[in-house]
Amino acid sequence: MTPFGYRIPMMASLLVWCVAWEIVGRLDLVFLLPPFSDVLAAAVQLVQTSSWQDATVTTLRAFATGMALAIMCGVPLGALMGRVKIADDLLGMWVNIFSSAPLSALVPVLMILFGFGERTIIAAVFLFAVWIIVLDTRAGVRHVSPSLIEMARSYGATKPALYAKIILWAALPEILAGIRLGLIRGVKGVVIGQLLVAIVGYGALFETFSRNFRMAEFWALTIILFAFAMLIAELIERIEGKVEYYAGARQ
Amino acid sequence: MATNVRTESEATNLTLPATSEEAIGLRDRPIILRLVSIALFAGIWEIAGRIPVSFAFPTFSDTIAAFFGLIADGSMPAAYLSTLQPLVLGVLLSTFLGVGIGIVCGLSRAGEWLLIPVFIVLQAAPVAAFIPLVTFVYGIGMTAKTIAVMILALPVIVLNTYKAVRNVNESLLVMCRSFLGTRWQTITRIILPDASPVIFAGLRLGVAAGFVGVVLAELLITPTGIGDLITFHRSRADYAEMYATIASIIALSTLTLVFLQWIEVRVFRPEKRGA
Amino acid sequence: MAVTALREKQSAVHTSVEAIVEVKGICKSYGNVEALRDIDLDFPRGKLTSLLGPSGCGKTTLLKIIAGLIGASAGSVTVDGKHVSGPGPERAFVFQDFALMPWATVLRNVAFGLELRGTGKTEREETARRYIAQVGLSGFEDKYPHELSGGMRQRVGLARALSVDAEVLLLDEPFSAVDEQNRRKFQEDLIRLRSKQNKTFIFVTHSIEEAVYISDRIVLLSPRPGRVSQVIEPDINRSGDPDRIHRDQHYLDTVEEIWQGLKQYVE
Repeated sequence: MTPFGYRIPMMASLLVWCVAWEIVGRLDLVFLLPPFSDVLAAAVQLVQTSSWQDATVTTLRAFATGMALAIMCGVPLGALMGRVKIADDLLGMWVNIFSSAPLSALVPVLMILFGFGERTIIAAVFLFAVWIIVLDTRAGVRHVSPSLIEMARSYGATKPALYAKIILWAALPEILAGIRLGLIRGVKGVVIGQLLVAIVGYGALFETFSRNFRMAEFWALTIILFAFAMLIAELIERIEGKVEYYAGARQ
Repeated sequence: MATNVRTESEATNLTLPATSEEAIGLRDRPIILRLVSIALFAGIWEIAGRIPVSFAFPTFSDTIAAFFGLIADGSMPAAYLSTLQPLVLGVLLSTFLGVGIGIVCGLSRAGEWLLIPVFIVLQAAPVAAFIPLVTFVYGIGMTAKTIAVMILALPVIVLNTYKAVRNVNESLLVMCRSFLGTRWQTITRIILPDASPVIFAGLRLGVAAGFVGVVLAELLITPTGIGDLITFHRSRADYAEMYATIASIIALSTLTLVFLQWIEVRVFRPEKRGA
Repeated sequence: MAVTALREKQSAVHTSVEAIVEVKGICKSYGNVEALRDIDLDFPRGKLTSLLGPSGCGKTTLLKIIAGLIGASAGSVTVDGKHVSGPGPERAFVFQDFALMPWATVLRNVAFGLELRGTGKTEREETARRYIAQVGLSGFEDKYPHELSGGMRQRVGLARALSVDAEVLLLDEPFSAVDEQNRRKFQEDLIRLRSKQNKTFIFVTHSIEEAVYISDRIVLLSPRPGRVSQVIEPDINRSGDPDRIHRDQHYLDTVEEIWQGLKQYVE
């Protein structure tokens, strides 16, 4: 991707779409699409309501917990699969299956196992995010240059030191890429989970707004959610950019 | 070669499963290990079901029995018949639309500027939030479900196609120019063949997303097909039947993806074929 | 001293052979970086001329300007008296990285130039087969590039350039991605091929031995910015056994002379 003329046009063309939205909204062509300015106004109002604030706290808490669990499980599991062949042989197939399977079908199972509450949402976030973290960590660990590992061994690195000082750092670019993709999937997990449970957090709000045809608020909530997802991806991409210099040098 | 792989993994990075090409390697593993792996999974499931970890956690054997029961009484085939219709239709429409939009965006700067940001947003954002809205516009029928599939499948296909076209091998473009290729010849003889493996990989990801879409649609919009089977058996606490249905849709999506990957290697990658 | 002698001889030859490619006052800058300054060169018909120089001397840039793949900042290139403004049918290019289509067989890759010109399938495949045989790849027509070694891939690239029947062949470091043994064999084959084809070759290389071994004329370029520093015509008899050339005293002397001249540019 060209570093120039990419980010700037992207923002610019989204503005064009916002203007188009405003025009379509003003013309009243589609009753489900209020003018963009109304949506923005609704967003300002929405963030001041306690129901939104509560929902956001619930959602963020579930998201953060689920992601933390996914990273804590995913990275070690990926490292294990990257280093131990038998683990890779036995688990690889399942990790691959679950990383591309329609996991939304599993949410009803989570609902019976964990109840109609926050725990289900946490489980959904975990389930959506963990596999890609495992896969990317595994790929990163596998790509660690053997001579780097031999170097550490020849200087007498113990096994924990080898992992903590060499492998983890050498695989960091891939691990971060996995976490970024995991976060994006985690956001989808939290939304799908809440939509299906329908009485928690944003899911409940979506349910209320769409049932009562409060379209401005519905779109406001959608935009907030989208912005949140993009913001997270952007944030991780920044961190990735910082470690890229040695990822590029490694090749 | 090395640069090729890099652009490719980059292309997939932007899309859903960034499975680096060796990570996909299901087919590389010996059959025996795969069977052991399946047996181990079934064994753990069986034990967990026997303990049981939860009243709502059936054993593996019960689930298998329930699976054959559902096939025998015809309820599962009927459910799939209704689920697969919007899925196939949605994926087909997304393919034509997505590959078309992707190629246009890859070839034209204006198209890229105007459309790609929208698809990047749709790709990263939880578009599932739109599914309830779709119900309002199109009711609870086939149209709504097809659109749900398309909402999820289209961005992946567009972005992969676009990236494939944009990252086409520069030296082949120069070669075509030096042999006096016209713009049209460059597109049809160089750009599209060179991009086709990545485009097809995008279709595979689109199919995966389509499965998510159809399941969500059936769970959220209207209980029909597989979604109905899941919801119905959950409400009757027939957990084995419910698990069997869920496992079957995951298995079906996996088999479809493996099959598509097989085609990808056979048809689009002469350099990997017969290796 | 020997160089001056060669130079005098060069001017004598120069008048006797008609130039097919004429480069006049070519300059090329990339922003503030001057890649080529005021290049004046003639390439005689039917000869193999090498552009030789250290990295950064702009030899590939010059070749691509002659090919019409990049434009010059100033100056002009004419081929057979016609001004060059882009690629043309009288010139064919052989690429450093082969530029073969991985999805196409050897046959289709070789016939590609003709395919683009709209030549019928039977005719172009017949032509392609003929040139595949000439470069020594008979029997590999239905293989894919990934099934061939680097040397064989470049033979495909050469056959593709030959099959469009261009008068001028432009070769951009064609052997740099080919391993040493294959390169030597390929160089020998190129000498043999030249005796059969009456074509003009312009050959970019950074290998002194290669340039002296195969060229009728060697244009030495000096770097930053690229300028013509010398034109040498090694007087080497290439008929007979190509292996003999490597032991030819004149060959060895010329290589040594060029190296002494280039040494100052190598850091």
